Amino acid sequence: MTQKPPALGRAVDRGLAPFRGRRAASLLPRTRLGGPVPWVIAIMVALTVLAAGGALALSNLAASARGDLAGSATVQIIEADDDLRAEQARRIAGLLREDPAVTELRMVPESEVAELLEPWLGSGEAVEAVPLPALIDLQLAREVDDAALEELETRIAAYAPSARIDSQETWLAPVLDALRTLQWMALALIALLAFAGIAAVWLAARNALGGNRDTIEIVHLLGGSDAQIASVFQRSILLDALVGGLLGLVLGAGAIVLLAGRFAALDSGMVAGGSLSAVDWVILAMVPLFAVVIAVYTARMTVLASLRKLL
Amino acid sequence: MSAKESAIVQFDNVGLRYGTEREVLSNISFTLFPGRFYFLTGASGAGKTSLLKLLYLAQRPSRGGMRMFGADVITMPRGDLPGLRRRMGVVFQDFRLVDHLSAFDNVALPLRVSGVRESDLTGPVNDMLEWVGLGHRADARPATLSGGEQQRVAIARAVIARPEILVADEPTGNVDPEMALKLLRLFEALNRLGTTVVVATHDYQLIRKVPDSLIMRLDKGTLSDPTGALRYPPKRTSGGVEA
Ligand SMILES: Nc1ncnc2c1ncn2[C@@H]1O[C@H](COP(=O)(O)OP(=O)(O)OP(=O)(O)O)[C@@H](O)[C@H]1O
Ligand SMILES: [Mg+2]
Repeated sequence: MTQKPPALGRAVDRGLAPFRGRRAASLLPRTRLGGPVPWVIAIMVALTVLAAGGALALSNLAASARGDLAGSATVQIIEADDDLRAEQARRIAGLLREDPAVTELRMVPESEVAELLEPWLGSGEAVEAVPLPALIDLQLAREVDDAALEELETRIAAYAPSARIDSQETWLAPVLDALRTLQWMALALIALLAFAGIAAVWLAARNALGGNRDTIEIVHLLGGSDAQIASVFQRSILLDALVGGLLGLVLGAGAIVLLAGRFAALDSGMVAGGSLSAVDWVILAMVPLFAVVIAVYTARMTVLASLRKLL
Repeated sequence: MSAKESAIVQFDNVGLRYGTEREVLSNISFTLFPGRFYFLTGASGAGKTSLLKLLYLAQRPSRGGMRMFGADVITMPRGDLPGLRRRMGVVFQDFRLVDHLSAFDNVALPLRVSGVRESDLTGPVNDMLEWVGLGHRADARPATLSGGEQQRVAIARAVIARPEILVADEPTGNVDPEMALKLLRLFEALNRLGTTVVVATHDYQLIRKVPDSLIMRLDKGTLSDPTGALRYPPKRTSGGVEA
Protein backbone atom coordinates (compact mmCIF):
# COMPACT_ATOMS: atom_id res chain seq x y z
CA MET A 1 0.00 0.00 0.00
CA THR A 2 3.04 2.26 0.16
CA GLN A 3 3.53 1.88 -3.58
CA LYS A 4 3.08 5.18 -5.34
CA PRO A 5 0.03 5.30 -7.59
CA PRO A 6 0.90 5.33 -11.26
CA ALA A 7 0.64 8.19 -13.67
CA LEU A 8 0.75 10.69 -10.86
CA GLY A 9 4.48 11.07 -11.16
CA ARG A 10 4.23 13.79 -13.69
CA ALA A 11 1.61 16.30 -14.50
CA VAL A 12 -0.10 16.10 -17.85
CA ASP A 13 0.14 18.99 -20.26
CA ARG A 14 -3.26 20.53 -20.21
CA GLY A 15 -4.27 22.56 -23.20
CA LEU A 16 -7.34 23.42 -25.17
CA ALA A 17 -6.04 21.28 -27.95
CA PRO A 18 -8.48 20.14 -30.58
CA PHE A 19 -10.15 16.83 -29.97
CA ARG A 20 -10.30 15.46 -33.46
CA GLY A 21 -9.60 12.47 -35.56
CA ARG A 22 -10.03 8.84 -34.67
CA ARG A 23 -10.08 9.42 -30.93
CA ALA A 24 -12.90 11.95 -31.22
CA ALA A 25 -14.74 9.76 -33.68
CA SER A 26 -14.74 6.96 -31.12
CA LEU A 27 -17.00 9.11 -28.96
CA LEU A 28 -20.02 8.52 -31.14
CA PRO A 29 -21.23 5.02 -31.71
CA ARG A 30 -21.10 5.12 -35.47
CA THR A 31 -24.41 3.48 -36.18
CA ARG A 32 -26.43 6.09 -34.37
CA LEU A 33 -25.82 9.00 -36.71
CA GLY A 34 -25.64 6.85 -39.81
CA GLY A 35 -28.91 5.20 -40.66
CA PRO A 36 -30.99 7.00 -43.26
CA VAL A 37 -28.98 10.23 -43.44
CA PRO A 38 -26.69 9.30 -46.38
CA TRP A 39 -29.68 8.02 -48.32
CA VAL A 40 -31.77 11.11 -47.66
CA ILE A 41 -28.87 13.30 -48.76
CA ALA A 42 -28.30 11.13 -51.84
CA ILE A 43 -31.94 11.49 -52.89
CA MET A 44 -31.91 15.24 -52.25
CA VAL A 45 -28.73 15.69 -54.26
CA ALA A 46 -29.94 13.49 -57.12
CA LEU A 47 -33.19 15.44 -57.41
CA THR A 48 -31.39 18.77 -57.09
CA VAL A 49 -28.88 17.81 -59.78
CA LEU A 50 -31.74 16.79 -62.03
CA ALA A 51 -33.70 19.99 -61.38
CA ALA A 52 -30.60 22.17 -61.75
CA GLY A 53 -29.61 20.33 -64.94
CA GLY A 54 -33.12 20.93 -66.30
CA ALA A 55 -33.00 24.61 -65.36
CA LEU A 56 -29.61 25.05 -67.01
CA ALA A 57 -30.69 23.23 -70.16
CA LEU A 58 -33.83 25.37 -70.38
CA SER A 59 -31.84 28.54 -69.96
CA ASN A 60 -29.39 27.43 -72.66
CA LEU A 61 -32.31 26.62 -74.90
CA ALA A 62 -33.93 30.01 -74.33
CA ALA A 63 -30.64 31.80 -74.85
CA SER A 64 -29.84 30.02 -78.10
CA ALA A 65 -33.36 30.53 -79.43
CA ARG A 66 -33.25 34.20 -78.54
CA GLY A 67 -29.76 34.61 -79.97
CA ASP A 68 -30.69 33.00 -83.28
CA LEU A 69 -33.79 35.06 -83.72
CA ALA A 70 -32.87 38.27 -81.95
CA GLY A 71 -33.92 41.30 -83.94
CA SER A 72 -35.05 39.35 -86.95
CA ALA A 73 -38.38 39.81 -88.64
CA THR A 74 -40.02 38.66 -91.84
CA VAL A 75 -42.18 40.65 -94.24
CA GLN A 76 -44.78 38.52 -95.93
CA ILE A 77 -46.68 39.61 -98.97
CA ILE A 78 -49.60 37.55 -100.13
CA GLU A 79 -50.84 38.31 -103.58
CA ALA A 80 -52.20 35.91 -106.11
CA ASP A 81 -50.88 37.82 -109.16
CA ASP A 82 -47.21 36.92 -109.57
CA ASP A 83 -46.17 40.11 -111.31
CA LEU A 84 -48.01 42.37 -108.95
CA ARG A 85 -46.52 40.51 -106.01
CA ALA A 86 -42.99 40.90 -107.36
CA GLU A 87 -43.57 44.57 -107.97
CA GLN A 88 -44.95 45.08 -104.45
CA ALA A 89 -42.02 43.20 -102.95
CA ARG A 90 -39.49 45.29 -104.86
CA ARG A 91 -41.07 48.58 -103.78
CA ILE A 92 -41.35 47.52 -100.14
CA ALA A 93 -37.73 46.36 -100.18
CA GLY A 94 -36.71 49.71 -101.58
CA LEU A 95 -38.60 51.53 -98.87
CA LEU A 96 -37.19 49.35 -96.10
CA ARG A 97 -33.61 49.68 -97.33
CA GLU A 98 -33.90 53.43 -96.70
CA ASP A 99 -35.33 52.93 -93.23
CA PRO A 100 -32.82 53.29 -90.36
CA ALA A 101 -34.68 50.63 -88.37
CA VAL A 102 -33.56 47.98 -90.83
CA THR A 103 -29.91 47.00 -90.79
CA GLU A 104 -30.03 44.05 -93.16
CA LEU A 105 -32.46 42.95 -95.78
CA ARG A 106 -32.71 39.86 -97.93
CA MET A 107 -35.27 38.97 -100.50
CA VAL A 108 -35.98 35.31 -100.02
CA PRO A 109 -35.82 33.67 -103.46
CA GLU A 110 -38.98 31.94 -104.58
CA SER A 111 -37.27 28.58 -104.78
CA GLU A 112 -36.34 28.86 -101.10
CA VAL A 113 -39.90 29.78 -100.15
CA ALA A 114 -41.13 26.76 -102.04
CA GLU A 115 -38.65 24.61 -100.20
CA LEU A 116 -39.79 26.06 -96.86
CA LEU A 117 -43.37 25.28 -97.58
CA GLU A 118 -42.76 21.92 -99.13
CA PRO A 119 -43.45 19.94 -95.96
CA TRP A 120 -46.90 21.49 -95.86
CA LEU A 121 -47.79 21.73 -99.49
CA GLY A 122 -45.86 18.88 -100.96
CA SER A 123 -44.20 19.17 -104.36
CA GLY A 124 -45.18 18.41 -107.88
CA GLU A 125 -47.39 19.66 -110.64
CA ALA A 126 -50.43 20.53 -108.56
CA VAL A 127 -48.47 22.74 -106.30
CA GLU A 128 -47.16 24.87 -109.08
CA ALA A 129 -50.56 26.51 -109.24
CA VAL A 130 -50.58 27.56 -105.58
CA PRO A 131 -49.38 31.15 -105.28
CA LEU A 132 -46.46 31.47 -102.92
CA PRO A 133 -46.06 34.48 -100.63
CA ALA A 134 -43.09 36.74 -101.14
CA LEU A 135 -40.81 36.83 -98.12
CA ILE A 136 -38.27 39.45 -97.09
CA ASP A 137 -36.01 38.66 -94.15
CA LEU A 138 -35.07 41.67 -92.05
CA GLN A 139 -32.47 42.24 -89.43
CA LEU A 140 -33.66 45.08 -87.24
CA ALA A 141 -31.64 47.64 -85.34
CA ARG A 142 -31.32 46.93 -81.63
CA GLU A 143 -33.62 49.72 -80.47
CA VAL A 144 -36.59 48.70 -82.62
CA ASP A 145 -39.54 47.73 -80.45
CA ASP A 146 -43.03 46.42 -81.15
CA ALA A 147 -44.50 49.91 -81.59
CA ALA A 148 -41.88 50.87 -84.16
CA LEU A 149 -42.52 47.63 -85.96
CA GLU A 150 -46.26 48.36 -86.10
CA GLU A 151 -45.55 51.80 -87.47
CA LEU A 152 -43.37 50.22 -90.14
CA GLU A 153 -46.17 47.84 -91.00
CA THR A 154 -48.69 50.63 -91.58
CA ARG A 155 -46.19 52.34 -93.88
CA ILE A 156 -45.59 49.31 -96.09
CA ALA A 157 -49.31 48.56 -96.14
CA ALA A 158 -49.60 51.63 -98.36
CA TYR A 159 -47.72 49.66 -101.07
CA ALA A 160 -49.28 46.29 -100.46
CA PRO A 161 -52.44 46.01 -98.41
CA SER A 162 -51.71 42.37 -97.63
CA ALA A 163 -48.14 42.93 -96.35
CA ARG A 164 -47.40 41.90 -92.78
CA ILE A 165 -44.31 42.08 -90.65
CA ASP A 166 -43.81 39.22 -88.22
CA SER A 167 -41.18 39.66 -85.58
CA GLN A 168 -39.71 36.24 -84.83
CA GLU A 169 -39.58 37.23 -81.20
CA THR A 170 -43.27 37.88 -81.17
CA TRP A 171 -44.15 34.33 -81.98
CA LEU A 172 -41.27 33.09 -79.82
CA ALA A 173 -42.41 35.11 -76.81
CA PRO A 174 -44.94 32.57 -75.47
CA VAL A 175 -42.33 29.83 -75.84
CA LEU A 176 -39.78 31.89 -73.95
CA ASP A 177 -42.38 32.66 -71.30
CA ALA A 178 -43.09 28.98 -70.88
CA LEU A 179 -39.37 28.23 -70.64
CA ARG A 180 -38.93 30.96 -68.04
CA THR A 181 -41.81 29.58 -65.98
CA LEU A 182 -40.26 26.12 -66.12
CA GLN A 183 -36.95 27.58 -65.00
CA TRP A 184 -38.55 29.30 -62.02
CA MET A 185 -40.28 26.10 -61.09
CA ALA A 186 -36.96 24.25 -61.21
CA LEU A 187 -35.40 26.90 -58.97
CA ALA A 188 -38.32 26.70 -56.54
CA LEU A 189 -37.94 22.93 -56.55
CA ILE A 190 -34.24 23.28 -55.72
CA ALA A 191 -35.06 25.66 -52.86
CA LEU A 192 -37.65 23.22 -51.51
CA LEU A 193 -35.20 20.34 -51.79
CA ALA A 194 -32.53 22.33 -49.94
CA PHE A 195 -35.06 23.16 -47.25
CA ALA A 196 -36.15 19.53 -46.92
CA GLY A 197 -32.49 18.50 -46.84
CA ILE A 198 -31.72 20.93 -44.04
CA ALA A 199 -34.76 19.73 -42.11
CA ALA A 200 -33.67 16.10 -42.55
CA VAL A 201 -30.14 16.82 -41.35
CA TRP A 202 -31.48 18.86 -38.47
CA LEU A 203 -33.71 16.00 -37.39
CA ALA A 204 -30.89 13.49 -37.77
CA ALA A 205 -28.51 15.66 -35.77
CA ARG A 206 -31.09 16.18 -33.04
CA ASN A 207 -31.81 12.50 -32.99
CA ALA A 208 -28.13 11.67 -32.71
CA LEU A 209 -27.81 14.33 -30.05
CA GLY A 210 -30.63 12.79 -28.04
CA GLY A 211 -29.14 9.33 -28.35
CA ASN A 212 -25.78 10.61 -27.19
CA ARG A 213 -26.94 13.10 -24.58
CA ASP A 214 -25.15 11.29 -21.75
CA THR A 215 -21.91 11.11 -23.67
CA ILE A 216 -22.11 14.78 -24.56
CA GLU A 217 -22.81 15.76 -20.98
CA ILE A 218 -19.92 13.66 -19.69
CA VAL A 219 -17.45 15.08 -22.19
CA HIS A 220 -18.79 18.54 -21.38
CA LEU A 221 -18.20 17.96 -17.67
CA LEU A 222 -14.71 16.62 -18.31
CA GLY A 223 -13.83 19.94 -19.90
CA GLY A 224 -14.70 19.29 -23.53
CA SER A 225 -15.41 22.58 -25.28
CA ASP A 226 -18.48 23.15 -27.42
CA ALA A 227 -16.31 23.29 -30.51
CA GLN A 228 -14.72 19.94 -29.67
CA ILE A 229 -18.05 18.24 -29.14
CA ALA A 230 -19.57 19.84 -32.24
CA SER A 231 -16.62 18.72 -34.33
CA VAL A 232 -17.28 15.11 -33.38
CA PHE A 233 -20.78 15.41 -34.82
CA GLN A 234 -19.59 17.43 -37.79
CA ARG A 235 -17.10 14.74 -38.65
CA SER A 236 -19.75 12.08 -38.51
CA ILE A 237 -22.22 14.01 -40.64
CA LEU A 238 -19.42 15.00 -43.03
CA LEU A 239 -18.80 11.36 -43.88
CA ASP A 240 -22.51 10.71 -44.27
CA ALA A 241 -22.98 13.76 -46.46
CA LEU A 242 -19.97 12.99 -48.64
CA VAL A 243 -21.11 9.45 -49.29
CA GLY A 244 -24.70 10.56 -49.87
CA GLY A 245 -23.68 13.56 -51.98
CA LEU A 246 -21.46 11.55 -54.31
CA LEU A 247 -24.06 8.85 -54.70
CA GLY A 248 -26.69 11.51 -55.45
CA LEU A 249 -24.44 13.19 -58.01
CA VAL A 250 -23.86 9.93 -59.82
CA LEU A 251 -27.59 9.17 -59.88
CA GLY A 252 -28.60 12.69 -60.94
CA ALA A 253 -25.93 13.00 -63.61
CA GLY A 254 -26.78 9.53 -64.88
CA ALA A 255 -30.41 10.54 -65.27
CA ILE A 256 -29.41 13.72 -67.14
CA VAL A 257 -27.14 11.83 -69.54
CA LEU A 258 -29.93 9.36 -70.20
CA LEU A 259 -32.45 12.15 -70.87
CA ALA A 260 -29.98 14.04 -73.04
CA GLY A 261 -29.53 10.92 -75.16
CA ARG A 262 -33.28 10.58 -75.61
CA PHE A 263 -33.67 14.23 -76.63
CA ALA A 264 -30.70 14.09 -78.96
CA ALA A 265 -32.44 11.20 -80.70
CA LEU A 266 -35.30 13.59 -81.52
CA ASP A 267 -32.82 15.44 -83.74
CA SER A 268 -34.64 18.73 -83.44
CA GLY A 269 -32.76 21.99 -83.86
CA MET A 270 -34.65 23.53 -80.98
CA VAL A 271 -33.72 20.81 -78.51
CA ALA A 272 -30.09 20.77 -79.58
CA GLY A 273 -29.79 24.29 -78.19
CA GLY A 274 -30.58 22.90 -74.75
CA SER A 275 -27.47 20.79 -74.22
CA LEU A 276 -25.26 21.37 -71.17
CA SER A 277 -21.88 23.07 -71.40
CA ALA A 278 -18.76 22.15 -69.43
CA VAL A 279 -19.45 25.08 -67.08
CA ASP A 280 -22.94 23.70 -66.47
CA TRP A 281 -21.48 20.34 -65.50
CA VAL A 282 -19.11 22.05 -63.09
CA ILE A 283 -22.10 23.80 -61.51
CA LEU A 284 -23.89 20.45 -61.19
CA ALA A 285 -20.80 18.90 -59.62
CA MET A 286 -20.93 21.63 -56.98
CA VAL A 287 -24.40 20.55 -55.83
CA PRO A 288 -23.08 17.76 -53.56
CA LEU A 289 -20.46 20.14 -52.19
CA PHE A 290 -23.21 22.57 -51.26
CA ALA A 291 -25.14 19.69 -49.69
CA VAL A 292 -22.10 18.75 -47.60
CA VAL A 293 -21.56 22.33 -46.47
CA ILE A 294 -25.23 22.75 -45.58
CA ALA A 295 -25.32 19.42 -43.73
CA VAL A 296 -22.17 20.11 -41.71
CA TYR A 297 -23.23 23.65 -40.89
CA THR A 298 -26.72 22.55 -39.86
CA ALA A 299 -25.34 19.80 -37.64
CA ARG A 300 -22.88 22.21 -36.03
CA MET A 301 -25.54 24.80 -35.30
CA THR A 302 -27.90 22.17 -33.89
CA VAL A 303 -25.25 20.75 -31.57
CA LEU A 304 -24.04 24.17 -30.43
CA ALA A 305 -27.59 25.32 -29.72
CA SER A 306 -28.27 22.32 -27.53
CA LEU A 307 -24.89 22.62 -25.77
CA ARG A 308 -25.62 26.22 -24.86
CA LYS A 309 -28.40 24.93 -22.64
CA LEU A 310 -25.73 23.33 -20.46
CA LEU A 311 -23.67 25.54 -18.14
CA MET B 1 -0.86 36.43 1.38
CA SER B 2 -4.54 37.14 1.86
CA ALA B 3 -7.10 34.39 2.17
CA LYS B 4 -8.63 35.44 -1.11
CA GLU B 5 -5.39 35.14 -3.02
CA SER B 6 -4.33 31.72 -1.83
CA ALA B 7 -7.82 30.19 -1.93
CA ILE B 8 -8.46 27.69 -4.71
CA VAL B 9 -12.25 27.84 -4.23
CA GLN B 10 -14.36 30.45 -2.54
CA PHE B 11 -18.13 30.39 -2.08
CA ASP B 12 -19.78 33.56 -0.86
CA ASN B 13 -23.35 33.30 0.42
CA VAL B 14 -24.32 30.86 -2.28
CA GLY B 15 -27.90 29.66 -2.57
CA LEU B 16 -29.29 27.00 -4.89
CA ARG B 17 -32.84 26.10 -5.76
CA TYR B 18 -34.03 23.69 -8.42
CA GLY B 19 -36.85 25.29 -10.37
CA THR B 20 -39.23 27.13 -8.10
CA GLU B 21 -38.79 24.82 -5.11
CA ARG B 22 -37.35 26.06 -1.84
CA GLU B 23 -33.58 26.40 -1.65
CA VAL B 24 -31.73 23.10 -1.22
CA LEU B 25 -28.59 25.05 -0.31
CA SER B 26 -28.67 28.32 1.63
CA ASN B 27 -26.04 30.82 2.65
CA ILE B 28 -23.14 28.59 1.75
CA SER B 29 -19.85 30.37 2.41
CA PHE B 30 -16.53 28.56 2.56
CA THR B 31 -13.01 28.67 1.29
CA LEU B 32 -10.89 25.75 0.09
CA PHE B 33 -7.12 26.03 0.24
CA PRO B 34 -4.70 24.34 -2.11
CA GLY B 35 -3.24 21.03 -1.06
CA ARG B 36 -5.70 20.24 1.70
CA PHE B 37 -7.94 17.24 2.16
CA TYR B 38 -11.62 17.98 2.81
CA PHE B 39 -14.50 15.71 3.68
CA LEU B 40 -18.08 16.78 3.09
CA THR B 41 -20.56 14.90 5.24
CA GLY B 42 -24.26 15.14 5.93
CA ALA B 43 -27.38 13.03 5.90
CA SER B 44 -28.83 11.75 2.69
CA GLY B 45 -30.65 14.59 0.97
CA ALA B 46 -28.72 17.24 2.89
CA GLY B 47 -27.38 18.66 -0.36
CA LYS B 48 -23.88 17.16 -0.72
CA THR B 49 -24.25 16.31 -4.37
CA SER B 50 -25.85 19.68 -5.04
CA LEU B 51 -22.90 21.47 -3.46
CA LEU B 52 -20.40 19.39 -5.42
CA LYS B 53 -22.31 20.09 -8.64
CA LEU B 54 -21.75 23.78 -8.06
CA LEU B 55 -18.11 23.01 -7.40
CA TYR B 56 -17.53 21.02 -10.56
CA LEU B 57 -19.43 23.58 -12.63
CA ALA B 58 -22.37 21.43 -13.64
CA GLN B 59 -24.84 23.80 -12.06
CA ARG B 60 -25.10 27.54 -11.71
CA PRO B 61 -25.97 28.86 -8.24
CA SER B 62 -29.24 30.75 -7.88
CA ARG B 63 -27.50 33.46 -5.93
CA GLY B 64 -24.20 34.33 -4.30
CA GLY B 65 -20.62 34.56 -5.49
CA MET B 66 -18.17 31.85 -6.55
CA ARG B 67 -14.48 32.14 -7.28
CA MET B 68 -12.29 29.28 -8.50
CA PHE B 69 -8.61 29.33 -9.33
CA GLY B 70 -8.67 33.02 -8.60
CA ALA B 71 -11.35 33.86 -11.15
CA ASP B 72 -14.96 34.93 -10.73
CA VAL B 73 -16.94 32.00 -12.07
CA ILE B 74 -20.29 33.78 -12.04
CA THR B 75 -19.29 36.48 -14.51
CA MET B 76 -16.88 34.32 -16.48
CA PRO B 77 -17.73 33.91 -20.19
CA ARG B 78 -19.12 30.46 -20.89
CA GLY B 79 -16.27 29.66 -23.25
CA ASP B 80 -13.72 29.86 -20.42
CA LEU B 81 -15.41 27.23 -18.25
CA PRO B 82 -14.00 24.16 -20.07
CA GLY B 83 -10.52 25.40 -19.18
CA LEU B 84 -11.47 25.36 -15.49
CA ARG B 85 -13.14 21.96 -15.73
CA ARG B 86 -9.93 20.49 -17.12
CA ARG B 87 -8.11 21.50 -13.97
CA MET B 88 -10.55 19.40 -11.91
CA GLY B 89 -11.12 15.70 -11.55
CA VAL B 90 -14.60 14.52 -10.69
CA VAL B 91 -15.93 11.21 -9.40
CA PHE B 92 -19.66 11.42 -9.96
CA GLN B 93 -22.02 9.74 -7.52
CA ASP B 94 -23.56 7.85 -10.45
CA PHE B 95 -20.11 7.31 -12.11
CA ARG B 96 -21.18 8.67 -15.50
CA LEU B 97 -19.07 6.36 -17.57
CA VAL B 98 -19.58 6.47 -21.35
CA ASP B 99 -21.52 3.29 -22.12
CA HIS B 100 -20.05 2.44 -25.47
CA LEU B 101 -16.43 3.08 -24.55
CA SER B 102 -14.18 0.50 -22.94
CA ALA B 103 -12.76 0.99 -19.44
CA PHE B 104 -9.51 2.06 -21.09
CA ASP B 105 -11.21 4.66 -23.30
CA ASN B 106 -13.23 5.99 -20.39
CA VAL B 107 -10.11 6.54 -18.32
CA ALA B 108 -8.30 8.04 -21.31
CA LEU B 109 -11.12 10.50 -22.01
CA PRO B 110 -9.85 13.47 -19.94
CA LEU B 111 -6.40 13.11 -21.48
CA ARG B 112 -7.83 12.97 -24.98
CA VAL B 113 -10.04 15.99 -24.35
CA SER B 114 -6.92 17.83 -23.19
CA GLY B 115 -5.10 16.87 -26.36
CA VAL B 116 -2.55 14.43 -24.91
CA ARG B 117 -0.92 12.42 -27.67
CA GLU B 118 -2.09 8.85 -28.03
CA SER B 119 1.41 7.48 -27.59
CA ASP B 120 1.75 9.41 -24.33
CA LEU B 121 -1.45 8.18 -22.73
CA THR B 122 -1.45 4.43 -23.29
CA GLY B 123 1.13 3.73 -20.57
CA PRO B 124 -0.36 5.92 -17.83
CA VAL B 125 -3.91 4.73 -18.50
CA ASN B 126 -2.91 1.06 -18.33
CA ASP B 127 -0.89 1.68 -15.17
CA MET B 128 -3.83 3.44 -13.58
CA LEU B 129 -6.21 0.61 -14.47
CA GLU B 130 -3.67 -1.81 -12.99
CA TRP B 131 -3.57 0.23 -9.80
CA VAL B 132 -7.34 0.14 -9.30
CA GLY B 133 -7.22 -3.60 -9.96
CA LEU B 134 -8.77 -3.56 -13.40
CA GLY B 135 -5.77 -4.20 -15.60
CA HIS B 136 -7.39 -7.34 -16.95
CA ARG B 137 -10.66 -5.54 -17.69
CA ALA B 138 -9.28 -2.69 -19.78
CA ASP B 139 -11.36 -3.66 -22.82
CA ALA B 140 -14.59 -4.22 -20.92
CA ARG B 141 -17.64 -2.03 -21.46
CA PRO B 142 -19.01 -0.42 -18.27
CA ALA B 143 -22.21 -2.46 -18.53
CA THR B 144 -20.20 -5.65 -18.07
CA LEU B 145 -18.45 -4.35 -14.93
CA SER B 146 -19.72 -4.70 -11.36
CA GLY B 147 -20.79 -1.60 -9.46
CA GLY B 148 -17.51 -1.49 -7.57
CA GLU B 149 -15.50 -1.99 -10.74
CA GLN B 150 -17.38 0.85 -12.45
CA GLN B 151 -16.64 3.04 -9.46
CA ARG B 152 -12.94 2.28 -9.74
CA VAL B 153 -12.98 3.16 -13.45
CA ALA B 154 -14.68 6.44 -12.52
CA ILE B 155 -12.00 7.17 -9.94
CA ALA B 156 -9.20 6.29 -12.34
CA ARG B 157 -10.71 8.70 -14.85
CA ALA B 158 -10.95 11.46 -12.24
CA VAL B 159 -7.30 11.25 -11.19
CA ILE B 160 -5.59 10.32 -14.47
CA ALA B 161 -4.89 13.89 -15.54
CA ARG B 162 -3.54 14.81 -12.10
CA PRO B 163 -6.08 17.55 -11.45
CA GLU B 164 -5.49 20.55 -9.24
CA ILE B 165 -8.67 19.77 -7.39
CA LEU B 166 -10.37 16.40 -7.04
CA VAL B 167 -14.08 16.28 -6.28
CA ALA B 168 -15.42 12.86 -5.33
CA ASP B 169 -19.06 12.15 -4.54
CA GLU B 170 -19.36 9.00 -2.40
CA PRO B 171 -16.37 7.43 -4.16
CA THR B 172 -16.25 4.34 -1.99
CA GLY B 173 -19.95 3.59 -1.69
CA ASN B 174 -19.81 0.42 -3.74
CA VAL B 175 -16.51 -1.19 -2.79
CA ASP B 176 -15.38 -3.39 0.07
CA PRO B 177 -13.50 -1.77 2.98
CA GLU B 178 -10.12 -2.96 1.73
CA MET B 179 -10.62 -1.44 -1.74
CA ALA B 180 -12.07 1.68 -0.11
CA LEU B 181 -8.86 2.10 1.82
CA LYS B 182 -6.76 1.53 -1.28
CA LEU B 183 -8.72 4.16 -3.18
CA LEU B 184 -8.35 6.52 -0.24
CA ARG B 185 -4.59 6.01 -0.46
CA LEU B 186 -4.81 7.03 -4.12
CA PHE B 187 -6.52 10.24 -3.10
CA GLU B 188 -3.94 10.85 -0.41
CA ALA B 189 -1.09 10.26 -2.83
CA LEU B 190 -2.65 12.76 -5.18
CA ASN B 191 -3.14 15.13 -2.25
CA ARG B 192 0.54 14.89 -1.31
CA LEU B 193 1.40 15.93 -4.85
CA GLY B 194 -0.54 19.14 -4.24
CA THR B 195 -4.06 18.31 -5.36
CA THR B 196 -6.85 19.69 -3.22
CA VAL B 197 -9.24 16.86 -2.43
CA VAL B 198 -12.93 17.13 -1.60
CA VAL B 199 -14.68 13.86 -0.76
CA ALA B 200 -18.36 13.62 0.06
CA THR B 201 -19.14 10.62 2.25
CA HIS B 202 -21.24 9.30 5.11
CA ASP B 203 -18.47 6.93 6.08
CA TYR B 204 -16.87 8.15 9.29
CA GLN B 205 -14.56 5.14 9.33
CA LEU B 206 -13.07 6.50 6.17
CA ILE B 207 -12.74 10.01 7.54
CA ARG B 208 -10.76 8.73 10.50
CA LYS B 209 -8.24 7.19 8.14
CA VAL B 210 -7.11 10.63 6.92
CA PRO B 211 -5.60 12.34 9.93
CA ASP B 212 -5.07 15.79 8.49
CA SER B 213 -8.45 16.09 6.86
CA LEU B 214 -10.89 18.93 7.38
CA ILE B 215 -14.59 18.33 7.67
CA MET B 216 -17.51 20.32 6.36
CA ARG B 217 -20.95 19.14 7.37
CA LEU B 218 -24.15 19.87 5.53
CA ASP B 219 -27.34 19.93 7.53
CA LYS B 220 -30.51 20.58 5.54
CA GLY B 221 -28.71 22.79 3.11
CA THR B 222 -26.53 24.83 5.46
CA LEU B 223 -22.88 24.29 6.33
CA SER B 224 -21.21 23.76 9.67
CA ASP B 225 -17.57 22.95 10.33
CA PRO B 226 -16.83 20.56 13.15
CA THR B 227 -13.08 20.74 12.45
CA GLY B 228 -12.89 24.42 11.73
CA ALA B 229 -12.53 23.76 8.04
CA LEU B 230 -14.27 26.97 7.19
CA ARG B 231 -12.12 29.19 9.38
CA TYR B 232 -8.90 30.76 8.26
CA PRO B 233 -6.22 29.68 8.70
CA PRO B 234 -7.66 26.22 8.74
CA LYS B 235 -7.13 24.33 11.98
CA ARG B 236 -5.23 21.09 11.62
CA THR B 237 -6.65 18.13 13.45
CA SER B 238 -4.81 14.99 14.14
CA GLY B 239 -6.33 11.58 14.31
CA GLY B 240 -9.98 10.86 14.96
CA VAL B 241 -12.96 13.02 14.45
CA GLU B 242 -16.16 12.83 16.44
CA ALA B 243 -18.95 11.33 14.40
N1 LIG C 1 -32.25 17.93 -10.16
C1 LIG C 1 -32.98 18.12 -9.04
N2 LIG C 1 -34.20 18.68 -9.13
C2 LIG C 1 -34.94 18.91 -8.02
N3 LIG C 1 -34.54 18.63 -6.79
C3 LIG C 1 -33.33 18.06 -6.63
C4 LIG C 1 -32.49 17.78 -7.74
N4 LIG C 1 -31.34 17.23 -7.30
C5 LIG C 1 -31.47 17.18 -5.96
N5 LIG C 1 -32.65 17.67 -5.55
C6 LIG C 1 -33.10 17.78 -4.17
O1 LIG C 1 -32.11 18.52 -3.48
C7 LIG C 1 -31.93 17.98 -2.19
C8 LIG C 1 -30.47 17.64 -1.98
O2 LIG C 1 -30.12 16.62 -2.86
P1 LIG C 1 -28.62 16.07 -2.98
O3 LIG C 1 -28.57 15.09 -4.09
O4 LIG C 1 -27.73 17.24 -3.06
O5 LIG C 1 -28.43 15.35 -1.59
P2 LIG C 1 -27.20 14.46 -1.07
O6 LIG C 1 -26.75 15.08 0.19
O7 LIG C 1 -26.20 14.30 -2.15
O8 LIG C 1 -27.90 13.07 -0.79
P3 LIG C 1 -27.24 11.59 -0.87
O9 LIG C 1 -26.38 11.41 0.31
O10 LIG C 1 -28.43 10.68 -0.82
O11 LIG C 1 -26.52 11.51 -2.16
C9 LIG C 1 -32.82 16.75 -2.08
O12 LIG C 1 -33.98 17.13 -1.36
C10 LIG C 1 -33.18 16.44 -3.50
O13 LIG C 1 -34.48 15.95 -3.57
MG1 LIG D 1 -25.47 12.79 -3.19
